Amino acid sequence: MSQVNRLDGGQIDRAASFKFKFDGKDFFGHPGDTLASALLANGVRLMGRSFKYHRPRGPLTAGSEEPNALVTLRDGARAEPNTRATTAELFHGLTARSQNCWPSVKFDMMAVNDAASDFLAAGFYYKTFMWPAPFWEKVYEPIIRRAAGLGALSMKEDPDEYDKGFRHCDLLIIGAGPSGLMAALSAGRAGKEVILADEDFALGGRLLSERLEIGGASALDWTAQTVAELSSMPNVRLMPRTTIIGAFDHGIYGAVERVSDHLAVPAKGKPRQILWRIYADKTLLCAGATERPIAFENNDRPGIMLASAMRSYVNRWAATPAHRVAIFTSCDDGHRTAADLHAKGVKIAAVIDTRAQAPQSFDYEVLAGAEVSNTKGRLGLTFVEVKLADGSSRTVECSALGMSGGWNPNVHLTCHQRGRPAWDSVLSAFVPGGSLPQGMSVAGAAMGDFTTHGALLSGAKGAADALGIKTADVPMAEDAPPKQAAFWFVEGAKRAWLDQQNDVTVKDVVLAHQEGFRSVEHLKRYTTLGMATDQGKTSNMGGLAIMAELAGKAIPEVGTTIFRPPYTPVAIGALAGRMRGMEFHPTRLTPSHVWAKERGAVFVEVGNWLRAQWFPIAGETHWRQSVDREVAQTRASVGVCDCTTLGKIDVQGADAAHFLNKLYCNPFAKLAVGKVRYGLMLREDGIAMDDGTAARLAEDHFVVTTTTAKAGPVYQHMEFVRQCLMPDADVQLISTTEAWAQYAVAGPNSRALLQKIVDPEFDISNEAFEFMACANITVCGGLRARLFRISFSGEMAFEIAVPSRYGDALMRRLMAAGEEFDVVPYGTEALGVMRIEKGHAAGNELNGTTTANNLGMGRMVSKKKDSIGTVLSERAGLNEEDALKLVGVKPLNRAEKITAGGHLMAAASPVDAAHDQGYVTSAAYSPEVGSMIGLAFIKSGDARMGEKMRLVSPLTKSEVEVEVTSAHFVDPEGGRQRA
Amino acid sequence: MIINHPLLGPRDSSEFVYMGDASLIERPDPEAETAASDFVEYAYLRDNPASWLRELWFHEGGDRSWLVVTRNTVTHEISQVEMARDVARSKGRSK
Amino acid sequence: MRYSGFKVIKEALSGHKGWKPAWREPDPKPHYDVVIIGGGGHGLATAHYLAKVYGQKNIAVIEKGWIGGGNVGRNTTIIRSNYLLDGNEPFYEFSLKLWEGLEQDLNYNAMVSQRGIMNLIHSDAQRDAFVRRGNAMMLNGADAEYLDEAQIRREYPFLKFDDQRFPIKGGLAQRRGGTVRHDAVAWGYARSADSHGVDIIQNCEVTGFRIEGGVCKGVETSRGFIGAGKVGCAVAGNSSRVMAMAGMRLPIESHVLQAFVSEGLKPVLPGVITFGAGHFYVSQSDKGGLVFGGDLDGYNSYAQRGNLPVVEDVCEGGMAIMPMIGRARLLRMWGGIMDMSMDGSPYIDRTHIEGLYFNGGWCYGGFKATPASGYTFAHLLAKDAPHETATAYRLDRFKTGHMIDEKGMGNQPNLH
Repeated sequence: MSQVNRLDGGQIDRAASFKFKFDGKDFFGHPGDTLASALLANGVRLMGRSFKYHRPRGPLTAGSEEPNALVTLRDGARAEPNTRATTAELFHGLTARSQNCWPSVKFDMMAVNDAASDFLAAGFYYKTFMWPAPFWEKVYEPIIRRAAGLGALSMKEDPDEYDKGFRHCDLLIIGAGPSGLMAALSAGRAGKEVILADEDFALGGRLLSERLEIGGASALDWTAQTVAELSSMPNVRLMPRTTIIGAFDHGIYGAVERVSDHLAVPAKGKPRQILWRIYADKTLLCAGATERPIAFENNDRPGIMLASAMRSYVNRWAATPAHRVAIFTSCDDGHRTAADLHAKGVKIAAVIDTRAQAPQSFDYEVLAGAEVSNTKGRLGLTFVEVKLADGSSRTVECSALGMSGGWNPNVHLTCHQRGRPAWDSVLSAFVPGGSLPQGMSVAGAAMGDFTTHGALLSGAKGAADALGIKTADVPMAEDAPPKQAAFWFVEGAKRAWLDQQNDVTVKDVVLAHQEGFRSVEHLKRYTTLGMATDQGKTSNMGGLAIMAELAGKAIPEVGTTIFRPPYTPVAIGALAGRMRGMEFHPTRLTPSHVWAKERGAVFVEVGNWLRAQWFPIAGETHWRQSVDREVAQTRASVGVCDCTTLGKIDVQGADAAHFLNKLYCNPFAKLAVGKVRYGLMLREDGIAMDDGTAARLAEDHFVVTTTTAKAGPVYQHMEFVRQCLMPDADVQLISTTEAWAQYAVAGPNSRALLQKIVDPEFDISNEAFEFMACANITVCGGLRARLFRISFSGEMAFEIAVPSRYGDALMRRLMAAGEEFDVVPYGTEALGVMRIEKGHAAGNELNGTTTANNLGMGRMVSKKKDSIGTVLSERAGLNEEDALKLVGVKPLNRAEKITAGGHLMAAASPVDAAHDQGYVTSAAYSPEVGSMIGLAFIKSGDARMGEKMRLVSPLTKSEVEVEVTSAHFVDPEGGRQRA
Repeated sequence: MIINHPLLGPRDSSEFVYMGDASLIERPDPEAETAASDFVEYAYLRDNPASWLRELWFHEGGDRSWLVVTRNTVTHEISQVEMARDVARSKGRSK
Repeated sequence: MRYSGFKVIKEALSGHKGWKPAWREPDPKPHYDVVIIGGGGHGLATAHYLAKVYGQKNIAVIEKGWIGGGNVGRNTTIIRSNYLLDGNEPFYEFSLKLWEGLEQDLNYNAMVSQRGIMNLIHSDAQRDAFVRRGNAMMLNGADAEYLDEAQIRREYPFLKFDDQRFPIKGGLAQRRGGTVRHDAVAWGYARSADSHGVDIIQNCEVTGFRIEGGVCKGVETSRGFIGAGKVGCAVAGNSSRVMAMAGMRLPIESHVLQAFVSEGLKPVLPGVITFGAGHFYVSQSDKGGLVFGGDLDGYNSYAQRGNLPVVEDVCEGGMAIMPMIGRARLLRMWGGIMDMSMDGSPYIDRTHIEGLYFNGGWCYGGFKATPASGYTFAHLLAKDAPHETATAYRLDRFKTGHMIDEKGMGNQPNLH
């Protein structure tokens, strides 16, 4: 039996044994244990090292407020740094390692910091390491950084899955102690939808750790019966292992359910954790209270813990931290711990009570009016020095010391919005106050109701008041009035720890005060008090109290401690859920995606879409070969490109033309039915927002296209204009991007190809269906389709749209029918090359800072009508004489590269920002020109045709001589597209 | 946050896209002599109160209504939700 | 009192008895030559440079709460000068240079750490835009470096390259970028300003301006009237509230930006990393916490707190690019109020009221700007003309059409 500190009883399953490893050594524990309780049962008090001074540490608490007993749980990719041993449920095969120590937790080299602590006082680093200047980054900082952090990441991808879910309820009860259970009973019996969540794996809260009676039976029996009754109610959802991490606006709570953390690995198909968003009509916070430690010299040794934690270990887990224990208390609660330990056969060396009127005991010695003045024991407590009431000193031998300085209500969630807690001078504690989050009320110890009966009563009443139901019958229970006086620190203590993890002592607070860091916020930031992984749950109040004393003020005058979400730290993976890897964003596929895949297309991400970038064929080893071929073949014969991803918006109604006239800066009112027009949309600030086409299929029916990237924003903008600026116009909008598959068929043989699939009753000859025509037609024997004679490539071209479900079939049909013309499918690269050759603007040019004037479309902006953006487009700064103009550039030496993002300098000017003349927006190799070409914005570019300039890109270390040309490299007269 | 949509009932705010002050409904008269400065004020200046604000939300993940939500920028409390179209009419935009 | 390693040792050996308050706690005088409203990073920096560089003697900084309690104490501590536009880049480069000499200037170690910043690139269009930006930086005398995918893999092997929804195609680095211990910036400037005679008056809230005949004569405060030759307002986050007291409407909306820190971890991140296909950027503090953030919540707010959807959005970005952080825990989240301007760039300008000057609209870029903002605002206050690196930050630029719109999102503040 190696569990030397295991007692009788407790809520562990002794029938089963779990083997586990801590720092490479094997131990045994039982189901129901936490890692901390099992280690204590095995006689292990030392579990970690502190952050700054590397002081040896054991658990201070038995819960999630733990600052000390942090371990790295599990191995390999599942290694989980900074896990609290006090909440880690034991499982068979668990492995854990101590952290922040080298070579071992028992002998840690960095403990030299402790000896040097006088030099490492609060804020010391702000005052030194400044000379010589380069030394900070080269010498000092690397040393500091090496010492940073506690546990280490595995550096491997987290292999577990996380889920997210949504739940709704009438009443969310946070905490399943006596008040939470009683509230759930009341609400559950009244038929309300209830969620009862508790961070612990067992429901019952403090009741699990006490020897109390409720309604004449043991509190444990009452708890079990209550949980059983609640489990039987279909309207009550019990959520153990679930932490409510934050109270957000309008009654929305974040909750993390640890589904699999008590298992070696999650069961197949199960997530490790689930992030729930709980929408609660009402919320009752029953989060209990946290015991306060006392600051005295060397109060941080392994074996020194909160008295209530000791009680939990002994009563709930049948594990005592030692067989000889002393208690240091300022209130009656410490005596309860002593009595419980004594009843379990643990030797109580003494109860040291700060009060002169301390209750006496027949079972053990009580030292009234006494204080612990110091402690000894390097790796674990061996004895404490006590200053007695008469001023004399004595030592008390003990291997563990329980501290009890009273209790603080767990007000955290009440502060997550605007709430500031209120000072309760009877309890010397902050209690919930001010404005609570919407729908929240508080009951039990969290409200300062520290008796069991009070907690039961306020839970029942809290539920009743929140929901307008009647309270369930409340059983009788312990009702001793709580007595707690403020006792924060032992006079004269210096190295007395407040924040044990971050090593903030009384001395540091004194120094902060001395240097003027006196507000709570300054104190925290200067000393790092309360900034550790426990967020100051056991330390903030002590620091505040000492600052108040130093400042000669009352605690509430110095400030309040408030809390931000999350209540306890949350795995980042849980907050991300399944949105990672290939599931990070949804993937949008076009209807002919499968066909393109079969053709071996290389795909590229365009927003959430995947588009075919090019279609390599056998023998091609470089993407340029494929792209050049696609361009050449399209320009020579015919090519087909999937342009389904362009935004498509159906605009219908009697005022449709009037509406579009308002939206586009160029005129649309008189566009004839059966015609398409290019349209440029401005934002209200006069900058180009997007371009596209609008096709008038009927008097009251237009089809608008947008760029792929702007489909969403343009639709939103159109709805804004429709609903907010023209509320009574007869116009309706719907996005049909997903409803139609659309293909560009381009090249001199495009008409011939289409004629093979367009049903014969539709004449698409140049005479009947000229450039910029559009029509509803049918193809392939009756399939409805829309045909637009528009060209992005500059060739004779059409875009044909069919209902999405026929997209794949149409593409295959076009390929088959086009065989005789040597049809080529082309991807976004070839599309890009051809549009650059034609000087068409795209996303790189419509970059949100360019105007119609910059784009060379200034004359398109109609002065005869009002449209969005026209007024502000006339501002002087947007119309300066040397405004940027869209032009083309090509290298003087054909072999040289045009770099998109390069800047243009005049031939002989210095190369610097002051002489910057513009920049290249898009670049491509043009098979037609036989060199690379680029589109560029250049100051007064339209007046600089033929000028030789330098294209510089210091970033990519290139400088190329270029000539300014028209942006229209291919067929500038537009003869081909009209053919 | 939860926005109580006049037609669809309470919806999570993540279904919506936010635009800003509902004064954007009150687009100035482009024909006015002061149009140039009116539009600068309209497009760029904001009251930006630390209190109640009427603001435009677009139900992108829903029925695509623009709503005018009256919300407190300090507490995030919402007191009223209207269809922007109705507000636009009430501002005389139906002409 | 000069801080130094020697002084630290001396004090350690004598019980730290000799440390003096870092700044005095004076009562306000009836009149100052310059009153700066706002004891944040920018206000304190302004006071420091006014006193030290521009030789002004009679200066007060008034702060409604405690100094450093606003955005200088609630940001993600990043410094960089990787801007695109000529209106911005010289200013931010000036700022970066001031950061580089800050510790010696202030005699305070704010832990300026030039660990570099890396903007990841995920598409061709993004690459074109970043190349343009990198070139603009270099043409303005800043440093920039383009890395291809192979180089990114070498330097950041822990990023997710395979099964990546938005593959990493390269990155734009600024090696001189990095992080600074943010609180120490406020304290360092405060201590230095104080040592140059500036009165730092905490818990003194401005309740109004005294404006007579179009001239600002001083400020009404919770501690009485304080007369001033000039009043400079540097209260980003609350600019609209304060300037409304002078009857001004500003081209600003207040928005909440959340930020996050993880539990302390042994050092893993070499510098700042920005994901280019999602809302996530991250660095690691000297204490070991991963400090990260993402996008605005999106709605106007003065609440200094945000909501879950953005928390989730940011963590999704983190897990997408760096899935080793899945088991690290988010420790703390907080929100700052951002002065979101109408083109994403700030204002440092006179107002139409004589003697009243304005500094604000910092969006979420205010921290890195702190030294230059202070310096150039001090210049404006001292010389009544803009500093050469801050000529573009005029309040009337929307009227004239000279927007400085880095992102090209137009007059919608929450998109910048």
